Amino acid sequence: MAGPGVKSSYWRGLRDGLPFLLVIVPFATLFGVLASDAGLNAAEALAFSVAVIAGAAQFTALQLMQDHAPLIVVLASSLAVNLRMAMYSASLTPHLGHLPLWKRGIAAYFLIDQSYALGIIKFEKDRELNQSERFAYFIGTVSGICPFWYIFTVVGALVGSNIPMNTGLDFAMPIAFIALVGPGLRTGAHMSAAFVASASALLFAFLPYNLGLLVAAVLGMAAGAEVERRWGAPA
Amino acid sequence: MIDRVDLWIVIIGLGIGSFGLRFVFLGLVGDRPLPAWLMRHLRYTAVSVLPALVMPLIVWPTATGGETDPVRLAAAAVALAVGYFARNPLLAMVVGAAVLVAGGYWVS
Repeated sequence: MAGPGVKSSYWRGLRDGLPFLLVIVPFATLFGVLASDAGLNAAEALAFSVAVIAGAAQFTALQLMQDHAPLIVVLASSLAVNLRMAMYSASLTPHLGHLPLWKRGIAAYFLIDQSYALGIIKFEKDRELNQSERFAYFIGTVSGICPFWYIFTVVGALVGSNIPMNTGLDFAMPIAFIALVGPGLRTGAHMSAAFVASASALLFAFLPYNLGLLVAAVLGMAAGAEVERRWGAPA
Repeated sequence: MIDRVDLWIVIIGLGIGSFGLRFVFLGLVGDRPLPAWLMRHLRYTAVSVLPALVMPLIVWPTATGGETDPVRLAAAAVALAVGYFARNPLLAMVVGAAVLVAGGYWVS
């Protein structure tokens, strides 16, 4: 069966990614503001956002540097926050692994929570997509998001603390991610994974360097895999 | 004040490290088949990592100083329910945000 075509997949991805601007714009602005408070100029804040494109890790690094933590601790903790990216990378490999190396490199650079979540939902649902269409969809999701991540980092850094940060904004990220989880709960195995991961995340929240997240994620994945092994493969 | 050399070491180190984590399977494994047990675990990456990432933020929000807030819990539950039943992330996000905003006005 023929897929929807490369162009149409790209636009579909772009459209699916755009709602996340509601999260990305305030998040990037906040990073810029905090970076400027920490003494970074706009170029340095931008370099941070371009090199890392991962909000949680950037906030962690900035916070630890302000606390004068040793460099090795700053790097190790921030990378621990980003270890989930390696899981995303593994999870996408069956879908994007046949692409030429340079395309896999580009996809790897743009592998963020939003592009991963949208991509994996799409690739598991629309099995008829070919490699180029999947790549186009994936790049589509980030091409509406990432430019604004960069731009609003600079805006935040330039405007600094003059922006009043509404307290409700702290919850934009959790809501956006939960909204992505709901559609992913397709089978009992998926629900078991989500339940075990959620409970473990609370149980192991005391662990330093965000390691609780990794423990919880691994336990959730193990739960999902075990349910699948006993009671059959997902539909 | 953050030392300039330190800052650039962190930016560059974190940039390279983050790319490495993102590239490790996509780039190095590529189209070689992964073992079945690993695939079985990877299918549950999204539904494990995302809840684990947000669960502590939902139960102990930073903005309230870690105190559990019924409005945020309700917003999260509604977003999950709408996402599950409507299978539509955008709708779930909008409805969840609406609960948060409405709850904010009623409670305060």
